[in-house]
Amino acid sequence: MRARRLLEAVWEFVVGDDWLTALGVVLALALTALLAAAGSSAWWAMPPAVAALLVHSVWRAARRQAQDV
Amino acid sequence: MSAAEIGLALSVFVACAVEAVEALTIVLAVGTTRSWSSALSGVAAAALALAVIVAALGPALTSLPIDLLRVAIGGLLLIFGLQWLRKAVMRAAGLKPMHDELAIFSRETEAARAAGGRRSSFDAYAFTISFKGVLLEGLEVAFIVLTFGANQHHVALAAAAAGAAVLVVSVAGAAARAPLARVPENTMKLAVGVMLSSFGMFWGAEGAGASWPGGEAALLAIIPGTLATALALAWTVRRVASTSGRGRDGQTPAEAGGRATVGA
Repeated sequence: MRARRLLEAVWEFVVGDDWLTALGVVLALALTALLAAAGSSAWWAMPPAVAALLVHSVWRAARRQAQDV
Repeated sequence: MSAAEIGLALSVFVACAVEAVEALTIVLAVGTTRSWSSALSGVAAAALALAVIVAALGPALTSLPIDLLRVAIGGLLLIFGLQWLRKAVMRAAGLKPMHDELAIFSRETEAARAAGGRRSSFDAYAFTISFKGVLLEGLEVAFIVLTFGANQHHVALAAAAAGAAVLVVSVAGAAARAPLARVPENTMKLAVGVMLSSFGMFWGAEGAGASWPGGEAALLAIIPGTLATALALAWTVRRVASTSGRGRDGQTPAEAGGRATVGA
C-alpha cells in the first residue's frame, strides 16, 4: 500500500496531469535515437516534435477548460 | 564559463527564486499568525531533508554513463519544461489566473487562524505547514539542481545558484515582511519553462545520439526559438479565445487585460 502511494506520488511528480506529453517526449527521443542509429542527421527531429507537443498540450488544456466553464 | 554553464546557473537561480517566493508566502502566513519559531523550525527541517536528497542522489547520478544520463535527464527536463510552458502560455493567454501571492497569503493566513489555538510553546500546525510548503516547493528545485548539475558534472555550481536564489528571496522577504507580490513570477515561470525545455531538447537529442550543428552554440538558437514558439502560441490562443467566447471566471482574455499578459 505504501509502495503504491509512493509510485503514485512519483508519477504525479514526474508525469503530472498530462501523460500524453510525457509519452510524446519518449517517442520523440526514440525517433531521434533511431535516426541517429541509421546514420542520418537526427538533431532536427526534436524541435518540431517539442513544438507540436506544446501546441497539443495547450490545446487539450484549453479544451478541457472550455468544457468546465 | 561556457554557455551551458551560464544557462545552468541562470536556470537554477530563476527556478529556485520562483519556488522560494511561493514557499516564503506560506512561511510568512503561518509565522505572522501562529509562531515564528515553529515556522522557522519547519523551514530548517525541510531544508535539511532537501540537502540530504541532493547529497544522496547527486553522486549516484554522476556515476551513470553520460549518454544514458543525458537522454534520461533530457527527457525529464522536457516533460517538466513543457508543463511549466503550458501553464505559462495559458496564463499569458488569459485562460488561467495569474499567480497572486497576496491572495495566497490571505488564504493561508485565514486557514492558520481557523486551525485553532496552540496548546504548548511548540506549534505543530506552523511547523507542519512550513515544512510541507518548503519541501514541496523545494523538491522540484532539488530535481533541477540534480539534473542540470549531474549532466554537466557541476552539482556544486547548481547548488550554489539555488542557494543564492534562496538567500536573495529570504533577505527580500525579511526586509519587506510581506509576500513578494511584485516579483514578476509569471514571467519568471515562462523563462524557466523555456530553459528547461531548451536544455531538455539539447541534452535529450545528444544522449539519443544526435549531434547539434555548432555543438553547445546551438543553444543560442534553441532557447530563442522555444521562447518565440511559446509567445506565438500564447498570442494565438488569446486571439482564438477572444473571438470564440469567454475565458476563465467569465472573463474574456481582453477583459483580463494587462493582468494576463506575459510580463505583467
